[in-house]
This record gives sequence, C-alpha cells and structure tokens, in this order.
Amino acid sequence: MTSASPRPRHLLDFQDWSAERLTAILDNADTMLQVLDRPVKKVPALQGLTVCNAFFENSTRTRTSFELAARRMSADVLTFAAGSSSVSKGESLRDTVEVLTAYKVDAFVVRHHAAGAAHLVARYSGKPVINAGDGRRAHPTQALLDAHTVRQEFGSLEGKKVAVIGDIRHSRVARSNAELLPKLGAEVVLCGPATLLPADLAALPGVTLTGDPRQAVRGAHAVMALRLQKERMGGGFLGSLQEYADTYQVNEGLLAGAESGAIVLHPGPMNRDLEISGEAADGPRSRILRQVENGQAIRMSVLYHLLVGRD
Amino acid sequence: MTLTITNIKRPNSDTTESVTLENGVIKGWNLPAALTAEGETIDGQGGTVAPALIELHAHLREPGQTEKEDLASGLAAAAAGGYGTVVCMPNTVPVIDDPAIVRTLIQKANGLGFARLHPAAALTKGQNGEALAELGYLKDAGAVMFTDDGRTNENARVLRLGLEYAGSLLDSAGKGMVVSVHAEDASLRADGVMNEGPVSEALGLPGNPAAAEAARVARDLEILAGLHAQGSKAHLHIQHLSTARALELVRGAKVRGLSVTCEVCPHHLTLTDEALRGFDAMYKVAPPLRTQRDADALLEGLKDGTVDCIATDHAPHTRAEKERDLLDAPSGIAYIELAFPLMYTRFGQTLGLDKLLDLMTAGPARVMGWPTPALEAGAPGDLVVLDLETEREVKPAEFRTKAKFTPWAGEMLKGWPLLTVVAGQVAYRQE
Repeated sequence: MTSASPRPRHLLDFQDWSAERLTAILDNADTMLQVLDRPVKKVPALQGLTVCNAFFENSTRTRTSFELAARRMSADVLTFAAGSSSVSKGESLRDTVEVLTAYKVDAFVVRHHAAGAAHLVARYSGKPVINAGDGRRAHPTQALLDAHTVRQEFGSLEGKKVAVIGDIRHSRVARSNAELLPKLGAEVVLCGPATLLPADLAALPGVTLTGDPRQAVRGAHAVMALRLQKERMGGGFLGSLQEYADTYQVNEGLLAGAESGAIVLHPGPMNRDLEISGEAADGPRSRILRQVENGQAIRMSVLYHLLVGRD
Repeated sequence: MTLTITNIKRPNSDTTESVTLENGVIKGWNLPAALTAEGETIDGQGGTVAPALIELHAHLREPGQTEKEDLASGLAAAAAGGYGTVVCMPNTVPVIDDPAIVRTLIQKANGLGFARLHPAAALTKGQNGEALAELGYLKDAGAVMFTDDGRTNENARVLRLGLEYAGSLLDSAGKGMVVSVHAEDASLRADGVMNEGPVSEALGLPGNPAAAEAARVARDLEILAGLHAQGSKAHLHIQHLSTARALELVRGAKVRGLSVTCEVCPHHLTLTDEALRGFDAMYKVAPPLRTQRDADALLEGLKDGTVDCIATDHAPHTRAEKERDLLDAPSGIAYIELAFPLMYTRFGQTLGLDKLLDLMTAGPARVMGWPTPALEAGAPGDLVVLDLETEREVKPAEFRTKAKFTPWAGEMLKGWPLLTVVAGQVAYRQE
C-alpha cells in the first residue's frame, strides 16, 4: 500500500484512518470470510501472539466475536472481565493495564463504559489497542462490519445513503458509523426523537439529522435500527415505549419508503417489536445475521492489520 | 526585623528603588543606608514590585484530603505564585462549617510563613444546602466568606436566607459578608463532564450546557435584587464564571446597581473544550472548559470591568485520581504557582500590566471589602517582585503543590515571581 499517512497503531476511532487503509481492512475481510467458509477455520497469521480481551463492561457478543477472531488467527487469548477481577477491588485502570501489559500481551481489545477509556489504555500500555466500545464514543469494528455489509450488497459505499434510526444520543454505533461511512463516500442520516438526537452532531461532515423517519429512509440503501435501552424511560427522554415504537420502529411500512433494494441492519441485541418489527428483522431485506458473520471477519482483518500487516 | 529589597522598579517605571519593611509593614522607600543597615537586604534583580496577589478561590484540602494538598504545600505554592493572601474553600472532610476548624486552620497557617490564610466557611451545615451554618460564629472565628461552592445551592430558599443572614453581618465599613456561589443548575448539568456542544457530541461525552450556568446566575440575581429591595446589604459573588451569557447577565445586574461581583479563572480564558479531544481528565474542571467565543467574551469582561477579579480555583487532586477515565475522574486544575506568569504572558499586552495587577490584587480586595493593597509606608508588608523579562519553562516536577502536573507543562512563560514577602517576611524566593 502506498498511502502517505502513517500507519495507525490503534483502532480507537477513525480519526487517524485514511479511506485507503479502511478500504484495505474491508478488502482483507473478504479473504477472512473465505477462511471462515473452510472446513478448518484457522490460519497461522498471529501464532505466538497474545491478544488481551479487556472487558471493563460486560458484553458477551462482542467479546465472543473478538475471541473467535483472534483464535482463528492462531493467537492466544487472555480474557479479562472487570466484574470478577481486581477492578472490583478498587484497582485503577492504569494499574490494571500495566499489570496486563506485564503479562507480555501483544494487543488489547478494550470495552469500557467511559468514552476515551480505550485511548487511556493505549497510553498506559504502549500496545496496539482495538476499541470494542467506549461509552457513547466509538465502536469502530461495528461500523466497519456495517460498512462491509453494505458494500457486500451494493459493491461500493460511494453515493450510498445509510439511515440510522433510534437513540442516537447514547449510541457509539451511530457515532462510529457517522464518522466512518462518509469517509468511504456514503451519506449518513441520523434519525430519532429530538431528545435522543443531539443537534450538535450535524457538525460532522457527511451527516444530516432528521426527526422524521420517513424522510430518513427516503432514498436509503440501508436502514439501521438501534437498540433502545429501556432504561431511557427513567431518564425522561421519552413519553412511552409505545409512542416510540409507533413513530420510529423500523418495519415494513417504513421500509416501503426506502430504495427498492434497501437492506436492514441492527447492531444487536434486538428488542423485537420495539425498535424493529419481527417481519423486518426476519424478512428478505434483513442482513442482521450477515452482520454477525462479517463482524468476525472484520475483527480478524483488523487484528491482522494492526499486529502483522506491513505496508 | 527589618527587610530591605533593593534594585526594584514600580510598575511602568524605569527608576530603580528600594523598599524597607519592618514589623510586618512597609517602613518606607529609598531610606538612607543608616536606617536599613542592621536588617537583611535582598537584591530584587531589577524586578517589578507590586502588592502581593490575592486569591479568592483555592482548594487547600485540609482537613481530611491531605493526599491532594495541605496547608503547607498549598500556601507554599501560593507564595511561589506571588500570592500573599489565599481564601480557601470549605469543601473539606469534614466541611469547614465549625468555628473551631476555622480557628485551627488560621492558627496553623500563621505558623507556616507562607501566604496568609482566610478560610471561607460553608453557608450551610455540611454544605448540604438545607440549614444555615453558624454564620455569626464562623465570622467571629475568622471566616471571610460563605459558600457551598461545588455543592451548588439547589434550594433557592436556603440560599436566599443565607444571603439575607450574611448580609446582616456587617464589617466596620458597613458591608455585608460575601456569599459566593458555584452557579450551576445541577439538574441541567446532569451527568455532564464537559461543555455541551459539537465537541462533546463528537467525543460521546455527556455535555454540561451553558444554560446550566446562565439559568442559575439569573435565579440568584433575582433573589439578590429582591433582598436589596427590602434594604438588605447582601453581597453575591459569582465564582469562576465561564459562559458569555452568564457574563452578560452579571453585566446587566451591575447596571441595575446590584451588589454582585464575579471572578474568572485563567483556565477558562486560555483553554477550550477542544482540549478534551485527547480524553485526558487533566482538563476536566467544573464549570467545564467552554468555547473560544466564551473565552473571548470573558476577556472582554475583564477589560470592561464586568469581571471584578481573577481567581484560579486551584483544585489539586492526586495523579491517580486524574488518570481515571473522564466520567470517573474528579474535576479540577491546580496551577496557583503559574497563574500570574500565564496571565501575563498571554494577556499582559492586551490588558496592560496595571489592569492585570488590579484584577489580582485590588480587584479581589474590593470584592471582599478589604483595604486596597498599597505599597506606601504603613501598608501591610505583603509584596511580590516579578521578573517580567525572563522566559522560563513550566516544570511541574518543581511545583510546591502536591499536584505536580498541569496543562501548561513545558510552556515558556514570563512574569515569574522572584520574591514574595508576606507580613514583612520572605515567603518565597526564586532559586
């Protein structure tokens, strides 16, 4: 690759990542998908390397996906879950990271409830860090797998329109997609009730906001429903889940206004019949299970890129 | 004990002079050698002499949080920053809401030989915002100001009672005791950890809107106006004003003739929310770093007199605390040692030396109703000699505060104190 920008050491968000490098990650994920189709789903690329899954916040799915991705690349995996560890005894993030680093791990995969925590792990460990979700900030491998799923369908992201509908305010998935997809030539429309749709996000390049889901899906090639955390009701953001579902649910009626070949995405886990109807989740437009497959391939590709890939 | 400082200049003067201090006060200028021979003489190295600086807002963390700071480290840091007087905040453990604590702190500080200490006491018991503390006893013990500070007086009625009561505790000039407020509506601030705006949204960090400050300032000004209409001498001082809109409200209140004053912190003038992009909790402070537009408005406020004084809100925490993630880390920046050099380097030209010194000496004195600091014979022997020429690097490792880290580490600043004298005694001397 001949990109002029320096090779990023981490995947914390997409700030340091050029479109060329991001495209290389997506291209490489196609190769990884082929590996996953073989009877023996394992390559020796990361043999001898140790990946630490540092999950300061619980997440079975993302952790499992990263764990499998690393194992399929022949890496050793050290899983650190904060709930049952020194963190619950009051150890600081810095001390935890320094101890894990002293175990001679080669990379960190970090999930944390606070935005910026992955940046801190990068600073304290000196090792490559993949952000597996930090607060509301970023979930870059999720956005990459979303991009990959759209690209698989339409061949390219150039000129494509992706509508993201739901609780934008609290969503790292929405922020990462809003950061990534415009870099790859797509247009992003963020949509949700005003209390969950911060107007300041309109400052991001290639991103528009609307409170009207029908307007959001008009011309959209992909429609993504976000999980609505039921706790939001306690925060006073919404009048009722019923009103939310009636207005913002991704269902066949809403999808009728999208592009004819539009696909349906959801980062999971789903609240069926709340933010997404059962028909939309299971119907012919749905690529939700494809997203899960692509997620593993994307994570293999990112690990490869950060740990052994050379320009 | 006689102390003579030679080879110094008054602000904006090229004349080299000497000043002699005796028994804690200024004895006179350019005295004949026969009158100064027996005491100590210090060469002022051609520096500029000014009254020692006054800090109205510092967290010295004693009692109870001495892992962050204590009187010795905090007051030594203040002296090194050119300060001769420090008002410390009462959010300690326990809270400074008891006259005995006030007396103990003053007594302890007096023995240290650094800056003078004037404790602020809690307005309400335990700073809980529910029941007034013993304001009269606290004043008698030496408390100079009442505040619940970061506990933001959510109960407006209790704040009103506090202003009313404090306003009836008059000094010899008939001025009521100052009640200072951290003006922020806690429900609007909610879980915000930085300024709400495009940067907070891009970073995915909960935002604290400018309206939280403006709404609270508006509420408190209306309470004050109501009390004034009833003849109260209540005085409201608004701490660390950070937004253009709140400043506008204070400007209007001053036109109305309300007894209101406000302070602005150098960090709100020199940093913006952009600093949070690296997710370093060193930049987490309350109220938060705002936008350049706000910083520009605050600077205008300094120029046109809306802002009465500069305060640093020196708020030390341990390194481990500030290394936590941004949601978890405590708020505060500690930099009393470099406040003057920072202000002089950045704004010395814009404001002029006289105005800058006024905002850090006479300005805070006016807020408090204290005599205007002066360098004439008979005035208290509190002065600072400043080196306005030599650029020096900010080296946190050399700080006297326990918080040996700062946003300005490595920057070249000028205006460093060469010598700080408090009550006629050397409190700091540059090595």
